[in-house]
Amino acid sequence: MKKTFKLIDLDCANCARKMEDAIKKLDGVADANVSFLTQKLTLDADEARFDEIMEKVVKCCKKVEPDCQIVLK
Amino acid sequence: MNLTRKEKKALARILAAGALLIAANLLPLEGYWRLPVFLIPYFVVGWDVLWKAVRNIANGQVFDENFLMSLATVGALVLGEYSEAVGVMLFYQVGELFQTHAVGQSRKSIAALMDIRPDTASVLRDGAFVEADPEEVAVGDTIQVKPGEKVPLDGVVLTGASTLNTAALTGESVPRSVREGDQIVSGCVNLTGVLTVQVTKPFGESTVAKILELVENAASKKAAAENFITRFSRWYTPAVVIGAVGLAVVPPLFVGGWANWVRRALIFLVISCPCALVISIPLAFFGGIGGASRRGILVKGGNYLEQLAKVRTVVFDKTGTLTQGVFEVAELLPAEGVSEKELLRAAAQAEAYSNHPIAQSLRRACGENIDPALVTDVKEAAGRGVTAKAGGASVAAGNEKLMADLGIKMTAAQPQHVGTVVHVARDGQYLGQVVIADAVKQSAPAAIAALKARGIRTVMLTGDAQAVGQAVGQALGLDEVHAQLLPADKVDQVEKLLEKKAPKTTLAYVGDGVNDAPVLSRADVGVAMGAMGSDAALEAADVVLMDDDLAKLPEAMDVAKKCSRIVVENIVFALGVKGLFLLLGALGMANMWEAVFADVGVAVIAILNSGRMLRSK
Repeated sequence: MKKTFKLIDLDCANCARKMEDAIKKLDGVADANVSFLTQKLTLDADEARFDEIMEKVVKCCKKVEPDCQIVLK
Repeated sequence: MNLTRKEKKALARILAAGALLIAANLLPLEGYWRLPVFLIPYFVVGWDVLWKAVRNIANGQVFDENFLMSLATVGALVLGEYSEAVGVMLFYQVGELFQTHAVGQSRKSIAALMDIRPDTASVLRDGAFVEADPEEVAVGDTIQVKPGEKVPLDGVVLTGASTLNTAALTGESVPRSVREGDQIVSGCVNLTGVLTVQVTKPFGESTVAKILELVENAASKKAAAENFITRFSRWYTPAVVIGAVGLAVVPPLFVGGWANWVRRALIFLVISCPCALVISIPLAFFGGIGGASRRGILVKGGNYLEQLAKVRTVVFDKTGTLTQGVFEVAELLPAEGVSEKELLRAAAQAEAYSNHPIAQSLRRACGENIDPALVTDVKEAAGRGVTAKAGGASVAAGNEKLMADLGIKMTAAQPQHVGTVVHVARDGQYLGQVVIADAVKQSAPAAIAALKARGIRTVMLTGDAQAVGQAVGQALGLDEVHAQLLPADKVDQVEKLLEKKAPKTTLAYVGDGVNDAPVLSRADVGVAMGAMGSDAALEAADVVLMDDDLAKLPEAMDVAKKCSRIVVENIVFALGVKGLFLLLGALGMANMWEAVFADVGVAVIAILNSGRMLRSK
């Protein structure tokens, strides 16, 4: 399942790249894209475990860029 | 400059720290007494960097730019270079502010370009029009669009007549007029009259929603240059940091002079962020895609923009792409003793039931209303034509094979036009022939000339007869024409051309996106034309030209080329300057002030360069 999330306060392009790298390595994530320019995260992950994966993604982002928030709808 | 609150705060800190730094330099202090005085501006401008550095180290982020910047400046403080330490932090923050601002502006101008999403729809509920979210409007609902409003959903005009500005979708500034019964697409702006429209598609499937989705997804299809930068930045920072450690430790073991080598190592740390490239390269592609979409050219990803810049062969489909796809009777050649009118009427009668474009053109040319009820016993012979009974007579219209089958003797004629020839007979008597041609698009000759001027080889593929294909090819000055191709042959032909093309160049296929999805996907770049309202084309192609104007094709290539050039400039410039300063730093020929320019200055210049992609008209 593919879903897009808004990111708030994603201030550095290199961090966006690092976040993307880290998210891609998570188990169950098929593909991820963190766009610094559109301030958006596109996540393609296993539908059955999506919420669980999303929690890990949030943790991942916190680790790389603590200021950045993912808007969970 | 319009600064956000956050940016204003950053600017205030920078100015305050700058003033404090100047004051600190003017104070008549000596030795270690100077340190506390310089620490004031240092913390004013850099406390957040230091704080982030500590926090990120706790998270195990060693190669974090905040950490490296903190390390470099703390190192400078330890070495007694107070002014430099504060200065580096100051310039780093100036650069950050500038980057945030420039990127924010670009983001805004792209958002403005893509401002086609309608906010509300005025929908008929219980006899009155009420405001509603376009997503809540169902298929079959009636909506009202007043002058000055955006058409919120795709539909058919029920009442009213108006002109629509389609510029946001097609880049075409000439308004399009619509009246009852016409299809209209969302995203256009209604200019003159009030329209009531019956909705034909839910918002999620409307033209606006499709275009927005497409442009937003474009960012995830990365160009090779972007992937290169991603790979590069993954090892660049660690490599430079390791280089710095080596520089600080190894030479002093042999030649001594620790302070000197540590100073050189700190310069490395200042240049260690690949920011200039990581921001400016995606920004160039983003700007290119945004700029192209304003002209009615949708590019589905940075990779396609990159491919488009390298196109040296363009393969066109004929019907609907180079030609209008609308058949017109070009010439009437009645047999002796037969009037043109008679000839046309018989042809139109025979083709009374057919929906084929040729049949339609015959009926249109005939002018008079032919009552299909009077036409009976219609028999279509595939690949030959059609026979029928009309008003007691038997009529036939078709090609030479049909005439031969019916045993009708044809008389020779010399048509002036090249096109599809329809032979017509009535009650076994040959009436003559009608030549039907598909007119070349007005924009085609100029577009082909523009492509040739760019050194691009032009090829046309068509299912039509050799003579028809050749005539169009010659009229337009195409390099190559392949005619009488079945849809599957077109794929084969494109494969052959793909083999023949020069290395490092690409091949683009331009079609209407309706019947040629396999060819579109086989080519390096598949371009679909006239896509406004055609879902198939939007899906199948890599690049979508929203209207029928072929001139958009060379324009799209120019945008792509400009984008590629900016990307190459930025890569060469940023890597060149950073490489140079790493070298100068290692040799002890650069100071920290120059290093911070190499880092921040280069990033700013590269971002400004990419910003040109947005401003191009």
